[in-house]
Amino acid sequence: MSSLNSKIQEVFDEPACGKNQNKDEKARKKGCTKQLQPGAAAGGCAFDGAKIALQPITDVAHLVHGPIACEGNSWDNRGAKSSGSRLYRTGFTTDINELDVVYGGEKRLYKSVKEIIDKYDPPAIFVYQTCVTALIGDDIEAVCKAASQKFGKPVIPVNAPGFVGSKNLGNKLAGEALLDHVIGTEEPDYLTPYDINIIGEYNLAGELWQVKPLLDEMGVRILSCISGDAKYREVAYSHRAKAAMMVCSKAMINIARKMEERYEIPFFEGSFYGISDMSDSLRQIAKLLVDKGAPDELLACTEGIIAREEARFWQRMEPFRERLKGVKVLLITGGVKSWSVVSALQEVGMEIVGTSVKKSTLEDKQKIKELMGEDAHMIEDMTPREMYKMLKDAQADIMLSGGRSQFVALKAKMPWLDINQERHHAYAGYEGMVKLVEEIDNSLYNPVWEQVRQPAPWDNPFLEVTAAPDPMTAALEAAA
Amino acid sequence: MAKVTTIKKACAVNPLKMSQPIGAALAFMGVANSMPTLHGSQGCTAFGLVLFVRHFKEAIPMQTTAMNEATTIMGGFDNVEQAILNIHKRANPSFIGIASTGLTETKGDDVDGYLALVRKKHPELDKLAMVYVSTPDYVGAFQDGWAKAVEKMIRELAEPAPLVPKQINVLAGSHLTPGDIEELREIVEAFGFNPIIFPDLSGSLDGHVPDNFSPTTLGGTRVEDIRRLGSSQFTLAIGEHMRGAAQALQEKTGAGFEVLESLTGLAAGDRLMTLLSQTSGRPVPNKYRRQRSQLVDAMLDAHFHLGGKKIAIGAEPDLLWAIGHLFAGMGSKLTAVMTTTQSPLLEKLPAEEVCIGDLEDLEERASGCDLLITHSHGRQMAERLDIPLLRMGIPMFDRLGAAHQVSVGYRGTRDLLFQVANLFMAEAHEPGPTDWMPKNEEGASCGSCASAAAH
Repeated sequence: MSSLNSKIQEVFDEPACGKNQNKDEKARKKGCTKQLQPGAAAGGCAFDGAKIALQPITDVAHLVHGPIACEGNSWDNRGAKSSGSRLYRTGFTTDINELDVVYGGEKRLYKSVKEIIDKYDPPAIFVYQTCVTALIGDDIEAVCKAASQKFGKPVIPVNAPGFVGSKNLGNKLAGEALLDHVIGTEEPDYLTPYDINIIGEYNLAGELWQVKPLLDEMGVRILSCISGDAKYREVAYSHRAKAAMMVCSKAMINIARKMEERYEIPFFEGSFYGISDMSDSLRQIAKLLVDKGAPDELLACTEGIIAREEARFWQRMEPFRERLKGVKVLLITGGVKSWSVVSALQEVGMEIVGTSVKKSTLEDKQKIKELMGEDAHMIEDMTPREMYKMLKDAQADIMLSGGRSQFVALKAKMPWLDINQERHHAYAGYEGMVKLVEEIDNSLYNPVWEQVRQPAPWDNPFLEVTAAPDPMTAALEAAA
Repeated sequence: MAKVTTIKKACAVNPLKMSQPIGAALAFMGVANSMPTLHGSQGCTAFGLVLFVRHFKEAIPMQTTAMNEATTIMGGFDNVEQAILNIHKRANPSFIGIASTGLTETKGDDVDGYLALVRKKHPELDKLAMVYVSTPDYVGAFQDGWAKAVEKMIRELAEPAPLVPKQINVLAGSHLTPGDIEELREIVEAFGFNPIIFPDLSGSLDGHVPDNFSPTTLGGTRVEDIRRLGSSQFTLAIGEHMRGAAQALQEKTGAGFEVLESLTGLAAGDRLMTLLSQTSGRPVPNKYRRQRSQLVDAMLDAHFHLGGKKIAIGAEPDLLWAIGHLFAGMGSKLTAVMTTTQSPLLEKLPAEEVCIGDLEDLEERASGCDLLITHSHGRQMAERLDIPLLRMGIPMFDRLGAAHQVSVGYRGTRDLLFQVANLFMAEAHEPGPTDWMPKNEEGASCGSCASAAAH
C-alpha cells in the first residue's frame, strides 16, 4: 500500500501540469481531486478510470481482481472500437467470495491468470486491483511477478483500487502501470522518420479512424496509440516514436511527460475536435517530426492537406448556415471540448449561451474567453434542476453534454446530443465536425419536438393552452 | 429433476451475475420519493447508475457515502451521517434506502447502529424513513439483494393494523418489469381489489415525462402504503425469492400469503385467476376468458416453431423458472441452463442440469442450440454461436423498451410466444438441393451405382 501511496503523491505532483505548479506545497500534496461529498457525489472511482484508460488495448485480457460488482455490473459497456482482436470486450474477473475475503484472494488470482493463458493465450494480462482485495491485503504486484515468471508472459499489475480517488486519478495510475511495466519492453520491426504516438485517444465510436486517413496521406505512421485500438506490442515499443501528441487534456499527461524525459520524445497537447484544432494538430505533428529530422517537405504537404480539407469543410457547411444561424447552444462537457467545439459552432453561426468549466484548466478557461469574450458564460457547477430550468425557459435551443444529463434535456422536451464517451457518432477531425453539425441540424429540425410539446387536447379544450403559465416552471421558481 | 452444479474455476469469464447492492438499490427505486444509497466507494454507485440508465433510459436517483481508504478503516459513521444530511437537504426524499457493499462489509460497519445514532442526533429527520440492508458484493447475486431489501423494508416499516376490505398486497420480484407490474395491477383490479404493489417500479421506472423535475424517484410504493401492508386481506408474493419478505410480513402483521413462482404460461395464468376469483368471490371477467382462449390459440400456432428446439438460457433463478417452464411446456428442450445464485427452484427445473456459473460456461454448453435467452451481455456469444438472442432480464442496453417488455398473464405470454416463434421463422433455413445429399464418408460416393454396373 505504501508504494501505492507514493505513486499517488507522484502523479499529483505533475511538473508538466500548469494548474498543479501554481499550487503551494501543501495544496499540491492534497492532490487534484476535490474531497468527495457523501450524499452529493457523482462520477466513477479510480478503478473505473484505470479501466477506461487501458481497456481500449484490444488484444490483452483485462482481469479484474475483486467481487462481482466491479466487473459484473460494468463489463462491455464502453465504446472503444477495435480493428482486430475482440478479447478486450471479454469480461474477466476473479469474482471473489466470502472465503476469499477471509483467507485472501491471491491464490484465486494466480489460478485465474493460468486459466486465462490456457484458454485464451493473450499476449499479456492486465490485473486490476479493487477496494476489497486491497483492503484485505492481496499483493497483486507479487502475484503478477510470480505469474509472469512462471508462465513467461507479461502479467501487468494495475494498482488503482476504487477508494483511492476519482476517475482522473485512475487514468494517471493506469499510465504509471504502462510506464513501469510495458513501455520500452519490446522493439518495433522497423522505424521511419514519421513515427508518432497518440496519447490519451481511446478510439471511441472509431474516432481515430476519422483522423487516420489524413495522417496516412501525410505519410505519418501511428506507431502506437495509447490506448485506442492498440495492440499490446504497439504500446510496448512506443518508446521508439519520434514525437507524440497528447489528446484529452490532462488524463495521461504523466505518460507524455515521462516519455519525453526517458526517451526524448517531444510532445504537444492537441485536440481532434473542431476545425482550427484539427488543423493545428496536423501542423504540430508535422513540425515536431521535422524538428526530429523528417524531411522539410512534410510541412508544405501538410499545409496543402489542411487548406484542402478546410475549404472542403466550409463548403459543406454552406447548406447549414441559414438553418443554424442564431441557434443557442448549451455546452456541458469537460476540458478541451469546452472550447474546441465552440469555435466551429460559432463559425457556422450558432451562439454558445454557456459552457461548463468544471473540469477545465486555466488555459482552457483563457481560450474560452478568447473565443466567447470576457463575459463568457462559464458554468462552474450546474445542478440538474438549473439545467432543466434553463432549457425549459428556452434560454438554449439545444444541449450538448454527456449521457448523465441526457434525461434532464429530454424530460424538458428539448433537443439533446451526446458528445461524451458513450456517444455513438464519431465527431473527430473535419469529417467528424461535419457529422456534428449534421446531427445538430437533424435534432433541431426534427418534427418530434412540436408534437411532444403539445398537451393532450382533451385535457383543457376550452383554454388557450399556450397562454397558461407552465406549471413546472412556476413550481421550480417557487422552489428556488 | 435437474442436477444442480456450481461451476468450479478460479476466473469468471463474461459474467452473467450482477452484485447484491444494486439489486437492493433497484428495490429501493420501487419506493416513491426515494433515494437509494450505497455505502461504499463512489464507483460502486457510478457503475450501478450507468447500468440502470442504459437499461431503463431514464435518469436514476442513486447516491453514495463516498468512502475512501481512510474512512473505510476508521469506520463509516461520519460518511453515513453526512450522506443522509446532504441528501435530506438537497433532495428532501421521504425515504432513504442504504445498502452496504463489499468494501464496507469487509471492514464490518454496523450501519443499523449508525442509523439509530443519526436519529438520536438529528430530530429534524424524524419524518424521513430510513432502512439499511446488508448486501456484501462477494455473497449472492442481484436477485438476493432485491429480496433482502424488500424483506428488511417490511421488517422496519410494516405495522399490524385492522383489515381493510378489498385491499391486497402484491410483493413483486426483481424479475418483473414495470410493464409486467402494470399488467398485473390491471388483472388484480379487475377482480375489484385495491392492491398495494411493493416494490412498484411501474410508477418510477416506466419511462414517463413528469410534470415536475424530481431528484428522487418519480413514483413507486408510498412509505405510508408500506406501513399499511399489514391491513391487507392477503398477500401475493411473485417469485420464490419473495417468500422471505412474505414470511416477514406474516410474522409482523399476521397477513396470510401465497407464493406464485411464475405468472408466465397457461398454468401459471390459470393459478393466478383461480386464486383471485376464489378470494374475491367474483367470476373471472370475460376479458380474461377471451385472453385465455387467445393464449391457447397462440400455443397451438407456436408449437410448430418451438417444439423440439434446443434452448440455451442464462438468467437469475426466478426469471429462469418462469421462462424455462414456458419453453419446456411448448416442447422445447432446455439444453444449456445457467443461473447466478442458489434457489430451491433450481432442482425442480425441467432440465437435465442447471449450473451456477457465467456466460463462458453457458457458451461451452450451448453449441448446437437454436436460441439463446439471456440479458444483453449475451450479444457477443450469440454472434459467435450464430443463433438468435432473445433478450430477457437486466441489463438490456442495446434495445429500447426494456421496461415495457411484458411476459406475465395470458396476454403477456401470448405476445412472448409470438415474439419467439417469429425469431425462429426469421432464421428459418430455406431447403436446397444439397440438404439431403449423403456425406462422402458415409454412404457411397456419387456415380458409384453407374460404375458398379459397368463391372
